[in-house]
Amino acid sequence: MNDAKGAFTADRTVPRDPSRFEDRFAARATGIKSSAMRDLMSLSERPDIISLAGGFPDTDSFPAEVFADVWHAVADRHKASSLQYGPTEGLLELRELICRIMAEDGAHAQPDGVLVTAGGQQAIALAIRTFIDPGDIVIAEGPTYPGAVPTLTTYQARVIHIPLDPDGMSIDLLEEQLDRLAAQGQRPKLIYTIPNFHNPGGVTMSRGRRERLVALAAERDILIVEDNPYGPVRFEGEALPSLWELDGGAGGVIYLSTFSKILAPGMRIGWVAAPAPILRKMNLGKQAIDLCSSTMSQRFIIEYLRRCDWREHVARLNTIYRGRRDAMLAALEHHFPAEATWTRPDGGLFVWATLPDYIHTGELLARAIERHQVAFVPGEAAFLDGQGQNSMRLNYSGASEEVITEGIGRIGAAIEAMVDLRRALGGGQ
Amino acid sequence: MTTPQRVAVLKGGRSLEREVSLRSGANVEAALRRLGHEVISVDADPKLVRTLRAKRPDVVFVAMHGKGGEDGTVQELLEILSIPYTGSGVHACARSMDKVIAKAIFANAGIPTPPAFAFGEDAFRELGAADALSEIEERLGLPLVVKPAKQGSALGITVAREPNDVPRALMTALSFDDHVLLERFVVGREIAVSVLGTEHPEALPAVEAVFAGEFYDFEARYTPGMTELVAPAHLGPELADEVARTALACYEAVGCRGFGRVDMIIDAEDRIWVLEINPIPGMTDTSLLPKAAAAAGLSFDEVIERVLGEAALGG
Repeated sequence: MNDAKGAFTADRTVPRDPSRFEDRFAARATGIKSSAMRDLMSLSERPDIISLAGGFPDTDSFPAEVFADVWHAVADRHKASSLQYGPTEGLLELRELICRIMAEDGAHAQPDGVLVTAGGQQAIALAIRTFIDPGDIVIAEGPTYPGAVPTLTTYQARVIHIPLDPDGMSIDLLEEQLDRLAAQGQRPKLIYTIPNFHNPGGVTMSRGRRERLVALAAERDILIVEDNPYGPVRFEGEALPSLWELDGGAGGVIYLSTFSKILAPGMRIGWVAAPAPILRKMNLGKQAIDLCSSTMSQRFIIEYLRRCDWREHVARLNTIYRGRRDAMLAALEHHFPAEATWTRPDGGLFVWATLPDYIHTGELLARAIERHQVAFVPGEAAFLDGQGQNSMRLNYSGASEEVITEGIGRIGAAIEAMVDLRRALGGGQ
Repeated sequence: MTTPQRVAVLKGGRSLEREVSLRSGANVEAALRRLGHEVISVDADPKLVRTLRAKRPDVVFVAMHGKGGEDGTVQELLEILSIPYTGSGVHACARSMDKVIAKAIFANAGIPTPPAFAFGEDAFRELGAADALSEIEERLGLPLVVKPAKQGSALGITVAREPNDVPRALMTALSFDDHVLLERFVVGREIAVSVLGTEHPEALPAVEAVFAGEFYDFEARYTPGMTELVAPAHLGPELADEVARTALACYEAVGCRGFGRVDMIIDAEDRIWVLEINPIPGMTDTSLLPKAAAAAGLSFDEVIERVLGEAALGG
């Protein structure tokens, strides 16, 4: 509830004729249609609804005293500069630290080859706007990151989805698709992939496929955009080499990552590592959008990384997430029907569940919100072509184990109601 | 200008039309402020009664759509709290929101509405209603429109073109409400008539929604530029009169107050078929009521002022 301030002053933001702008919007602004599903999703923010829809990292576990100490240090040493504009590419010290973080993950870059961005989302947007003219082809996994969907729509990309399986993007199917396109004289501009703990797919690309992907992209001369926000958020298994590293500096990969998952999304700091000519274009693109990323956030991260071992914080998060993932997998086993399948992530924040094909998860969401007070992301949010209608993304990082168990139980009850109804309607005859 | 009042604008809530209601509510609030009223913005949540008691508004403008806000629930609470509110009273809301009841009222009043059958989810689960689908298809003919009984914004509505589509369409509709309507699909022009007033209600010029899809669905309703709203609709004087008379007959039959909107189809033979009546018409940037008002030479602010002026209790 909120009281209107200045109740007797007119509101300047709502024009007398709200439809007056309708015919003036640019094509890239009107490409994003109103959707019932997007409206339904907003209900998941209501406090009386259990939401497994978000993608929220846990920020409660960030130590308060560290938070205070770091800000004190920033205030003591960098007051003026953290209140000032900074270079578009980001503060040099931060770029050096980013290179160290990448190196720990086996990905090698030089500070000059890194551009600091306003979160990973801006990194994605910069990569797309730097390469994609309306109608240009982008290969993306199916499903792909739901947050990339409006970006790809805005820049009017023609997106071709390549199915995921437990080993990540199917390189066989990718190769077939590239052959088909080549036969029509077409070649994608970009291959956008999330190799580690896919959002929303919950799977990780195998080593063999990584090698094949890099080789195939090089052979066909297609740039790879490797989006790696979750790499360090691994609970089990061995880390696999990044596509960036496998490319070995051949210039075939643009690498994106972020501090959102290893530190906190509120910082809004991510980065791009890319070949110099690409990075120059992206730098100009960023200048046009926001001049530079928040210097205050950059200073906070620099001071934090100097004082603390970020790996310890991530280890703490990973322990929490592992417990939550286990709670979700156990609840799924218990509450979801036998015909349902779901991924078992070794890290990251999400499980991707697929239901019998007669269950439309957008419709299930309406039922789940109204009658069971629980929400998730319907699968079609992760596609640009209407696929994913019987799938859903479930987040485990943002809720306690108890809430996850209760939430999955409620979704299970909504699914059961639909399965029963289908039977009553004579389905499966 | 009338005396400034302390107006609580009720919006949002937990209905599936929450976002639509927030957009309507924002436009209503802006209009009320321009008119000089004091606006208290209230997102209907579990603290609603306490909030209204604490804020003590002179009057409530109900800008909610769908369950809770448009079905008589919020109106009943306002009756209990004795705060006058805009739009229809408890019973008219309940009668309008449920398409099954509204259609029965239209039929009793001699107003044409497409033939339909209605069921609860239980009828399929417990009484084998699915076995009667072939009779329904025979009696109504295909295509059929399958609709949730109580939802707005065309949520959950699909057109079944052949028998095999019907179970799927029922699954969809039953996701949005536990009662559904199977209705003969009348092909024709989509016409909406907004009505203003209580004692002497007045029909505003009809608006025609022209769109590319098979019916006026959610996307077509709320994506700017996807639907062309023609106001006034090109109907010719006789048909325009008949459309207005029909809308007023619906409004009076259901017992609406303040404002409302009657949605109908005009078929190829210029016959009118009433689909539904909305006790709280959408007031978003792409909604029909503001367009109708403009065609009548009324500004959005004037409409809001009139609706506010007729706020009352009872009915």
